[in-house]
Amino acid sequence: MTDPILSVRNLQVEFASRRGTLRAIDGVSFDIAKGEVLGVVGESGAGKSVTGLAVIGLIDPPGRIAGGEIRLAGLRIDNLPPEEMRRIRGKRIGMIFQDPLTSLNPLYRVGDQLIETIRTHLNLSETAARRRAIDLLAEVGIPAPEKRIDGYPHEFSGGMRQRVVIALAICAEPELIIADEPTTALDVSVQAQIISLIKRLGRDHGTAVMLVTHDMGVIAEASDRVAVMYAGRVAEIGPVQDVVRNPLHPYAKGLMGAIPTLAGDDKRLVQIPGSMPRLSAIPRGCSFNPRCAFAFDRCRVERPEPLPRGTQSVACHLYDSVPAESAA
Amino acid sequence: MLAFTLRRAVQAIGVMFAVGIIAFSMFRFAGDPINQIVSLDTPAAERAAVRKSLGLDDPVPVQFVRYFADAAQFKFGVSYQFRQPVSTLLMERMPATLELAICATVFAMVSGILMGVYSALRRDTLLAKLFQAVSLIGISLPTFLIGILLIYLFAVTLGWLPSFGRGEVVKLGWWTTGLLTLSGLKALIMPSITLGLFQMTLIMRLVRAEMLEVLRTDYIRFARARGLTTRAIHFGHALKNTLIPVITVAGLQFGSVIAFSIITETVFQWPGMGLLFVQAVQNVDIPIMAAYLLMVSLIFVTINLVVDILYTVVDPRLRATVGRAT
Repeated sequence: MTDPILSVRNLQVEFASRRGTLRAIDGVSFDIAKGEVLGVVGESGAGKSVTGLAVIGLIDPPGRIAGGEIRLAGLRIDNLPPEEMRRIRGKRIGMIFQDPLTSLNPLYRVGDQLIETIRTHLNLSETAARRRAIDLLAEVGIPAPEKRIDGYPHEFSGGMRQRVVIALAICAEPELIIADEPTTALDVSVQAQIISLIKRLGRDHGTAVMLVTHDMGVIAEASDRVAVMYAGRVAEIGPVQDVVRNPLHPYAKGLMGAIPTLAGDDKRLVQIPGSMPRLSAIPRGCSFNPRCAFAFDRCRVERPEPLPRGTQSVACHLYDSVPAESAA
Repeated sequence: MLAFTLRRAVQAIGVMFAVGIIAFSMFRFAGDPINQIVSLDTPAAERAAVRKSLGLDDPVPVQFVRYFADAAQFKFGVSYQFRQPVSTLLMERMPATLELAICATVFAMVSGILMGVYSALRRDTLLAKLFQAVSLIGISLPTFLIGILLIYLFAVTLGWLPSFGRGEVVKLGWWTTGLLTLSGLKALIMPSITLGLFQMTLIMRLVRAEMLEVLRTDYIRFARARGLTTRAIHFGHALKNTLIPVITVAGLQFGSVIAFSIITETVFQWPGMGLLFVQAVQNVDIPIMAAYLLMVSLIFVTINLVVDILYTVVDPRLRATVGRAT
């Protein structure tokens, strides 16, 4: 097996606040292989977006990476000097943000923004960069790109703008794309197009994709593996079919139970009682224990570490007593 | 675009008409102008003759139409104190005021934008905090006090700069300029700073606040995620977005720079329209006051029009809405 494109080990991100340091990410580890789409799900505030920002090196003060390692194709990038990290951003890691309406600078033509980005990272002439920009717009599915390249962002619809954003993110052929809720601000009909576009780009270019979303439908549709995050930790990670069909962690079970099915059995959807703890009040032991129906004494004292269970890995004490072999 | 410009121009003419009514009414309500012209012991028959020669015995609407028609051709009657056409007097004085106002605005824009950008990007440095403190002084100290302090320091104590007047001027056709002689340039420095200081602090604070606001937007974050250089982000993407409100304020402020120049011109005995106006007020020289009022409002209205049009040049989104509305 080849080295993963992205390897995150025991990542910790802290935010200094007036009432002490808050740990937003606490010991997150995962890998993404070439051409693989890793979905990252969880509630708002679970640390999905912060993880993405940490990888691309855009955690702004008062936040900081407090520990762990991030490696891009073997190169450690979490402690690079700002100027070197800037060269990696956009060239080797592309990022797509949630809101396409505000991601583009309204005062510049779409083409100017593309050409500027291309020429920042690749040694191309103005005309060559423009040709590349037109090709990129065509690739992300914008009709009549040679005409649209001179349009301003406000002349594009939401879905088209997100395509432009994607073109901007891939214009230097990055090895990794971080898509932070790329479809949340879009129409449902447009969502599917954008997801299949991201999937296709990942497949065609062998790009690894980290797809952050809270939409389980998007995850099931687009990703190869999925990481379920809760309160700054990875609760469960594994191949998407396994995690969706056979979730192990009680929180993941709750999430999957909350997906409506088209079969139309009129059962009420399962709801996880309570809400995620605030960062300033993470409970001792397993952070999920106050909401967990299966919690026992150990959960309230000891923090569970990720345990391999077949293809999946789960951070839950329920699986510690059972020998791993018997479950496989 | 043309229809938009025309519509704005029609509105501007409406405003000028209203100002014209106010200017005209000054003649009616600021005392009998004949008393200002003739001496105390002039007989009534002579007074009536003067009144007739000036057309002041005609019905009010006739007088108004005549005044307005004349004003539209830049004829504002004859000054009571100088016995010269007001338009000639204004034309003589206008270059001085405009040169001062333009220098003050350029000074305010350049230093205001530089200081504003610096204090937004290097928020925690000592220099940025110093700028903030200086801007507080600039906003709260009255113009005449700053002028007098500058005169005391640079003219009286150090003797570097002249304390009053325009220095030597060069005639270019009807325009007189102090920009071509050394003494003229030296004489411009202190009045320009005095007049521009308030605008400078205003622009600096505005640029700083806008820049901080823009730096928090998604497109700046996305620009960083695209790996653009800090310079391209700050001066290409952020500054251009910052400049839209700055253009408005600076443009509109240019009108008040000209209006405020009354004080600066008085302090520095600057031979411009403002000084002429102050003298006119002291002597109840109504034709000059009315003409000055019309001139200043014409400048304001023109600036508003230009700013509106400039907007659409800078911001493509407005171009689209304007295009759709027409």
